[in-house]
Amino acid sequence: MRDARLHAGIPIKPVYGPEDLAGIDADGDIGRPGEYPFTRGIHKHMYRDRLWTMRQYIGFGTPAETNARFKYLMAHGQDALNVAFDLPTQLGLDSDDPRAEGEVGRVGMAIDTLADMEEAFAGIPLDRVSVSLTINSMAAPITAMFFAVAEQQGAARDRVVTTPQNDILKEFVARGTWVYPVEPSLRLVGDLIEYSATHYPRSNPVSVCGYHIREAGCTTAQEMAYGLAIAAAYVDMMVRRGMDVDDFAPRVSFNFTCWGKIFEEVAKFRAGRRLYARMLRERFGAKNPKSCMFRSLIGGGGSSFVPEEPENNIVRGAYIALAAALSGAQTMALPTYDEAYTIPSAKAQLIALRTMQICAEESGATDTVDPLAGSYYVEAITAAMEQKIVEEMAEVDRMGGIVEAVKTGAIQAEVARQAYLFEQKLASGEIPKVGVNCYVGDRRAAADQDVELYSFDPKVAAAQVAKLAKIRRERDSGAVDASLARLRDAARGSENLLPAIMDAVRAYATLGEIARAMKDAFGEHKEPVKFA
Amino acid sequence: MKVLVAKPGLDGHDRGAKVVVQALRDAGVEVLYTGLKRTPDEIVHEAVQEDVDVIGLSILSGAHLLLARRVLDGLRAQGAGDITVVVGGIIPPRDVAELQQLGVRHVFPMGTPLDDIVKAFKESL
Repeated sequence: MRDARLHAGIPIKPVYGPEDLAGIDADGDIGRPGEYPFTRGIHKHMYRDRLWTMRQYIGFGTPAETNARFKYLMAHGQDALNVAFDLPTQLGLDSDDPRAEGEVGRVGMAIDTLADMEEAFAGIPLDRVSVSLTINSMAAPITAMFFAVAEQQGAARDRVVTTPQNDILKEFVARGTWVYPVEPSLRLVGDLIEYSATHYPRSNPVSVCGYHIREAGCTTAQEMAYGLAIAAAYVDMMVRRGMDVDDFAPRVSFNFTCWGKIFEEVAKFRAGRRLYARMLRERFGAKNPKSCMFRSLIGGGGSSFVPEEPENNIVRGAYIALAAALSGAQTMALPTYDEAYTIPSAKAQLIALRTMQICAEESGATDTVDPLAGSYYVEAITAAMEQKIVEEMAEVDRMGGIVEAVKTGAIQAEVARQAYLFEQKLASGEIPKVGVNCYVGDRRAAADQDVELYSFDPKVAAAQVAKLAKIRRERDSGAVDASLARLRDAARGSENLLPAIMDAVRAYATLGEIARAMKDAFGEHKEPVKFA
Repeated sequence: MKVLVAKPGLDGHDRGAKVVVQALRDAGVEVLYTGLKRTPDEIVHEAVQEDVDVIGLSILSGAHLLLARRVLDGLRAQGAGDITVVVGGIIPPRDVAELQQLGVRHVFPMGTPLDDIVKAFKESL
């Protein structure tokens, strides 16, 4: 008999039975959907009342090009947006900064000033369409620009729903768009959470991500453990800042990955919901049930897609969609089959959207809540995953807690170690990948694959730089300078920076100028490079 | 043999770079890693300073042609054109030949087996 294991390392028995449910309390551990501890999902009727939100990750080139792609997907039934920004924007560099050369508009849209944000959302009513912003170290200024556009549109503040990612701790662990040192970076996260709670009550000012940490190489159990540790760090910070946990926790959201190993993913999410609920109630004293809900975007893991026979990734995407549906996703996004080659084509994006729609409408996965509940196997591995996640969280504590582990680089080293182990398991065939390490057919040369390659247009950068120059000429430079001076002073103190950032944004200060004003006060992060 | 694995430009995806660092180390190669967001000038400077034989550039943002050219030009300007440069990352097939024409010895697109990468580094001497 062959050996079988979860990615988390837990061995899988060939058969599960009633004896595997010993120790699992049907009421206290599993409970009912929509009720604490939410193991079976955060809503009573889940998809019978409302399908998950379909939110493909889009953004490239100029704001006008991105605006056109938004409208294309909305016309095909996508109901919410998920905005990708280019790297200079994510790092607070203007499009005319020498370090931005070659990167402007490449992996997302370029934003330099409020004028770009106005163009990106032209004709898109921000009191009706919810918008995720994949932005972290620059979350405060970019979200400020978004709020300013909503203001211009006359949208009521309590109808604006935006989810800036604003999860800087995971950027230090994976993904890498950090700018400032850890402590001032955390302050910015907190400032945005506090400001949103007061002014934009339906916005989700932080989306805690396990996604990118798993994509960087860690296991399923570590993904959930590190995500929960990061969430706890933010909740703890806000409580220390004097907020009541129930005043912000209901708007904390999550962003986790999902691969095609269906039952393990389902178990991970069921265990994670239970652990998060208990942590919020027992450790932080939350009284509002909404504070205890692990609301998650579940995004298909792009790193489980491969360049060999890329069309097979469409099939992988379908299994991922099913796993995410069975896991109780609030929002779903899928990678596109061409991701190992290129910025996704419109066709590949549409296939990903159609995959989710087929799963929702044709598979039956949405007909009843948490259909795998009560399965000997799924309940047993939910409990086993829970235990493993708790062990991994204890390991983080031994590193000094998540903030300390990020500062020393201990957590980054562990993630890199796991990535290397995973690679070795792929090489040995222990983790099978069809067309890669098993059932390898005639290898077609990469150049012969039927993938439409995105043609990056260098004119994008020139257009963006010209637009920026025009704004610099036409704006009231006295007002810009005054707003930046005020922001610099505020950054040296301890007040919430959002009001000063909003003023700078409204004066058409550039993102680079705003970022620099804060850098003058905060300094820059030095990456601890460390290997296990 | 001494290798510098480097992340030029703004791209923050370091999974591949760190896996390659560990694989080279286990293969007995002396290997340095720059960390994220180094400029081509910084990479050239470190390579010359540390007297490395091979530079491995890891780029997933799509800016590989520009960044590889900057590093190669910088090496030549420093009289260090003998340092071998290899590139890995999300490299569309059409760019492989162009990178090689620039002077990149090996290109490792997404999905290249780790053993092949280690072998190529070792044969780059």
